[in-house]
Amino acid sequence: MATASTDTAVRDKVIRIIADQAVLEPSDVSMEQTLDDLGIDSLGLVESIFAIEEAFDIQVPFNANEPENSEFDISSVAAIVRAVEDLVAQQS
Amino acid sequence: MKRVVITGAGTINALGHSVPETLEAMREGRCGIGELDIRDVERLSIRIGGQVRGYEAESHFNRQQISLYDRFTQFTLLAAREAIEQSGLTFEGQLAAEAGVVLGTAGGGVNTWDENYRAVYEEGKNRVHPFVVPKLMNNAAASHVSMEWNLKGPTFTVATACASSNHAMGQAFHMVRSGMARAMVTGGSESMLCFGGVKAWEGLRVMSKDACRPFSANRNGMVQGEGAGIFVFEEYDHAKARGAEILAEVVGFAMTSDASDIVMPSKQGAARAISGALRDARLDPSQVGYINAHGTGTAANDKTECAAVADALGKHADRIMISSTKSMHGHLIGGTGAVELLACIMALRDGVIAPTIGYEEPDPECALDVVPNEAREADVDVVLSNAFAFGGLNAVLALRRV
Repeated sequence: MATASTDTAVRDKVIRIIADQAVLEPSDVSMEQTLDDLGIDSLGLVESIFAIEEAFDIQVPFNANEPENSEFDISSVAAIVRAVEDLVAQQS
Repeated sequence: MKRVVITGAGTINALGHSVPETLEAMREGRCGIGELDIRDVERLSIRIGGQVRGYEAESHFNRQQISLYDRFTQFTLLAAREAIEQSGLTFEGQLAAEAGVVLGTAGGGVNTWDENYRAVYEEGKNRVHPFVVPKLMNNAAASHVSMEWNLKGPTFTVATACASSNHAMGQAFHMVRSGMARAMVTGGSESMLCFGGVKAWEGLRVMSKDACRPFSANRNGMVQGEGAGIFVFEEYDHAKARGAEILAEVVGFAMTSDASDIVMPSKQGAARAISGALRDARLDPSQVGYINAHGTGTAANDKTECAAVADALGKHADRIMISSTKSMHGHLIGGTGAVELLACIMALRDGVIAPTIGYEEPDPECALDVVPNEAREADVDVVLSNAFAFGGLNAVLALRRV
């Protein structure tokens, strides 16, 4: 459903949110990095998810008790972008 | 039992953003109460308050900190910085383990409640920021002070409405006196000058629309303020050994409950707290020179308080000075006793008694020397600070010049 241009838009927005949390420029965030690599702790993660929900008007299935077992894959920046793209496609 | 002294003081309130600014305003009898500058003020019938002016959170804290610090926490951290810097203490090793934080607040993060209720109820939002809970909780300020300065001993928050900070400072005093702690950061803060906060107080019909005039026959109610007052209480020998400057000694504390009414004060409960503080300090009423009154500017408080002072001090009540600085900075609710302790320290150290401003007409039921309108020079050795809360909870501190 999603076009190439909206894909880029999702990716750019997600990277901007993550960069914001990591206090980095978006250009310094690469797709293969993990949140650990970026120095984003558990509070930073929860705040990022809030920002993603606000930015895309979606519900992210994420439980801070067990981040690894959430449906929402946070293993890397690329994984998060992919997960957000899926949610945007499902929930729009 | 250890002796307990104050080695640091800090504040931000309607009279100033530091202790020197606040004391100067108190000496000059300046009023910090004015028109409220808050959202939806036009829907309030009470539109004045002792608001902290010229304050921008962004000039003190970064965005991440602001997302975690409610205004009451911000005020606490700024006042704590001033107090701890003045004390010269660095909390490391054993001292860190033996130092803690006890703070008073009645409402905690009221602005955070207000903003987020507005978002979900008024604006219909279904999602709030993830830090709403850690931002609004009553102990947030105490915890952030503990984290910022590495204080690892007993740390908690006391909520007893308008007596919160006196109860908190009483706990800190007991901990240092008993040897349970070597130093304590203590005091209190409050920030409920937002639409919901003021609206709630309006409901009680005890608020003045024009001014806080404690003990004056034409008074018409209280005026709310905001801010923080923070102190470092330290064991005397510890302070002496490191050559610290001592601001005053805390010599006594007492707390009582009226066990009678949820809002109306009782003369007996207040008098028992005053007498109790003197007994705890092993002082005679004749030694008291000044009392910082609770003095809210409501008929119920002012008359009851004057009667209680007369009861507790007997014939000496006619000789002492008693003033309410709420006339200048407003009623800081859970933080009020802490800001008012500054007037007590000024009396002991500088020999200046802060006035009760806005005093216009004598009230025969408040026939004490209320230091009307102008500060006075006086040599005092012992002072008391009264706090009498809704719920009938009373807490009185006794301080002595060192």
